[in-house]
Amino acid sequence: MLKITNLTKRYGTGDPVLKELNLTVEGEQLTSVIGSSGAGKSTLLRCINRLVEPTSGSVVLNGTEFTNLSRRELRTARRRIGMVFQSFNLIDRLTVMENVQAGRLGYISTWAALTRRYPKDDIRRAFELMERVGIAHYADKRADELSGGERQRVGVVRALMQRPEILLADEPTASLDPKTSEQIMSLLRDLANELNLPVIINIHNVTEAKEFSDRIVGMRYGRIIFDDKPAALTRAEMDQIYAGVPAQDRAEAGAAA
Amino acid sequence: MSATSDTRPDSWRKPAFIANPVLRYALYLGALVYIVFTLATLPIDWDRVSDGLSRAQRIFSGAFPPSFDRAGLLFDGFMESLKIAIIATVGGIILSVPLAFMAAGNIAPKPIYLLGRAIIIIARSFHPVIVAIIFVKAVGFGPFAGALTLVVYSVGFVAKLLAERIEEIDFGQVEAMRSAGAGFLTTQVYAVLPQVMPRLVGLGIYQLDSNLRASAVVGIVGAGGIGATLANAFGRYDYDFALAITMVIVGVILVSEAVSGVIRKRIT
Amino acid sequence: MNTLSQTQPLSEALSGRDDWSRFTPKQRLIRYAGFVSAAAVVAWALGSIDVIWAWVWDSPAQMADLFGRMIPPDPSNLPSILEAIWQTVNIATLATMIAVVVSLPVAYIAAQNTTPNRACLWLGRFILVSSRSVNTIIWALLFVAIFGPGIVAGIVAIMFRSIGFLGKLLGEAIEEIDRRPVEALEACGASRFKIVLYAIVPQVMPAFFAVSILRWDINLRESTVLGLVGAGGIGMILQGAIDTFNWPEVATVLLTILALVIFGEMVSSFLRRKIL
Repeated sequence: MLKITNLTKRYGTGDPVLKELNLTVEGEQLTSVIGSSGAGKSTLLRCINRLVEPTSGSVVLNGTEFTNLSRRELRTARRRIGMVFQSFNLIDRLTVMENVQAGRLGYISTWAALTRRYPKDDIRRAFELMERVGIAHYADKRADELSGGERQRVGVVRALMQRPEILLADEPTASLDPKTSEQIMSLLRDLANELNLPVIINIHNVTEAKEFSDRIVGMRYGRIIFDDKPAALTRAEMDQIYAGVPAQDRAEAGAAA
Repeated sequence: MSATSDTRPDSWRKPAFIANPVLRYALYLGALVYIVFTLATLPIDWDRVSDGLSRAQRIFSGAFPPSFDRAGLLFDGFMESLKIAIIATVGGIILSVPLAFMAAGNIAPKPIYLLGRAIIIIARSFHPVIVAIIFVKAVGFGPFAGALTLVVYSVGFVAKLLAERIEEIDFGQVEAMRSAGAGFLTTQVYAVLPQVMPRLVGLGIYQLDSNLRASAVVGIVGAGGIGATLANAFGRYDYDFALAITMVIVGVILVSEAVSGVIRKRIT
Repeated sequence: MNTLSQTQPLSEALSGRDDWSRFTPKQRLIRYAGFVSAAAVVAWALGSIDVIWAWVWDSPAQMADLFGRMIPPDPSNLPSILEAIWQTVNIATLATMIAVVVSLPVAYIAAQNTTPNRACLWLGRFILVSSRSVNTIIWALLFVAIFGPGIVAGIVAIMFRSIGFLGKLLGEAIEEIDRRPVEALEACGASRFKIVLYAIVPQVMPAFFAVSILRWDINLRESTVLGLVGAGGIGMILQGAIDTFNWPEVATVLLTILALVIFGEMVSSFLRRKIL
């Protein structure tokens, strides 16, 4: 269970990007965070694993308080949080297998990492996961030889190799075409169920969010103003979240995609 | 997901860079043999080497503090280097432009192209110090030999890169001029020169900087400039003066590199 | 103002202008001033340089004379020349190999995105700048004074100069990497060393090989002249031949150097094509 309390992030002396946020995520829900640019969605996600340092507040994952960990403790704790990125963030010149095993770097010895002699269990698990997402035949290929959707799947496997307690996805489909985008969202939802894993996704395509999530969190200027089932997301609510941008256009752009 | 995993592989090896194992091991073996063999057969006088550390200490204590007593000599040497560099750069550029056209595959006919390339290769192959020695023997000691040396040095660099730039131009512009009936020279001036001019200016400034550095060195073999002052200082064991000279050389190089970088950024 | 829809047909539209120049008068003045000052500088350099002009006009004849004495090249000393060439290759190769290894940590601390702290950054930059700014020959002079004449001085000199070249280009390659894989591996909880190994090293590999091979090629050239200050290699034989006015042998040595350099360029461009 992830429990965020009074999370605040301020850059310099300006208006805080996150304003005393409270959020609790548990079980195997797939939670989508929506909001316009600048609402703080990405900052929220990155504050959870401290890729961005929170200014104040608390982030507790299954009993561990993240905000006051030392650098070493943080490294160990980050193994428990898997992250999937908009730009995939793969190591292009390395093979898919190495990219996937990079998720285990927090666990394996330096020698094993250096010589690419990965533990048998890890290799087996890698093939298992790669087959599940349909990229096992690419194990020896360089990561930059794959298509966008395939590369994001490598990113997903890498995150799952950590055997995380929670999965964060920062706009995982923003760089993909609509069809691939749906495939990835569907994959994330299925994996959440199969692995009993809570998943938090940043997303700007509201239609996809409604279709694939169990819960939608709407942010506006650093605050959460909507937190409910997808069915409860009416046009009025969407207008509130995307104030300044016609909600009509958003919904239609999503539906057409 | 299935509970059984017996059909899945549990070992994996990264595909090697050189696929053919025979070739790969041959290369490893070859490299090992080379290193062992050369280290064993190198003519090294180990006694002299171990002496080296105490000598180094003596030299460095002699070198500090650097002596600027003969600053006049230093200044003269530096000025001479500067003049050599200026003359060599101008001369080098003047010669490089026609040579670059000769060595450009898309402009020059094949025999001229080959001749141009050959000249450039010969100009580049010999270290400026060697060229300096030859010129000193030919035209006597002093800055003239240095200037000639650096002209050759400049031509080797500028003409090569300019020729490469000419080969990369948008040829459509040349075709347009030719189809309008322009003569050879006019075509070059209107279609080629404007495209390569920025690169030429950049190369010229870079070469001025480069020549300034090189002029410090050709003096060591008698071709004038501050290098001669430095070689003399070393020869007379005036290590403190040598350090002063080296500091000035390094300082000038740094300033020149910075200025040249700024100018090149401004014009591109 | 003159969009296509508002123009006049040709017979009516003659504007009567018959002057055009590329630059405004002010621009022309600036350009002219620029040319004049450049020319003035060159004229000053030519005028004040310490040169006996009589000798300058005589020089084509002198050079032809020298060239005549070199032909035909004398191959009688070829065995020791070839052995010296082999030494030269070894000097260049060994020195480059050592320099490559040493330059890696220096490049690491001299790159802004990987350096542990500001002190290391300045130390790294200082090492690189001093190494680059002192020419190989000057290093050779110093090391001949320290280690005595011989190839040790040559190898160390080449090494010292190469570290600056390699470290600067590698440092720039490190600074230009894509930071996103680094971010991803930080999120996985990998240690700093493993992040460098997996996210930085693979990105820098192509530049690493290209730069190393390039420097080896340059060092091959540099090694040919080390002997002229006593630091080993073919330069020693060349100096000997010049001192004894044995011009035909000088010609042979020059030809072997030419062959060596061309060989080096062929090998290095072959390797670079294979790597990339």
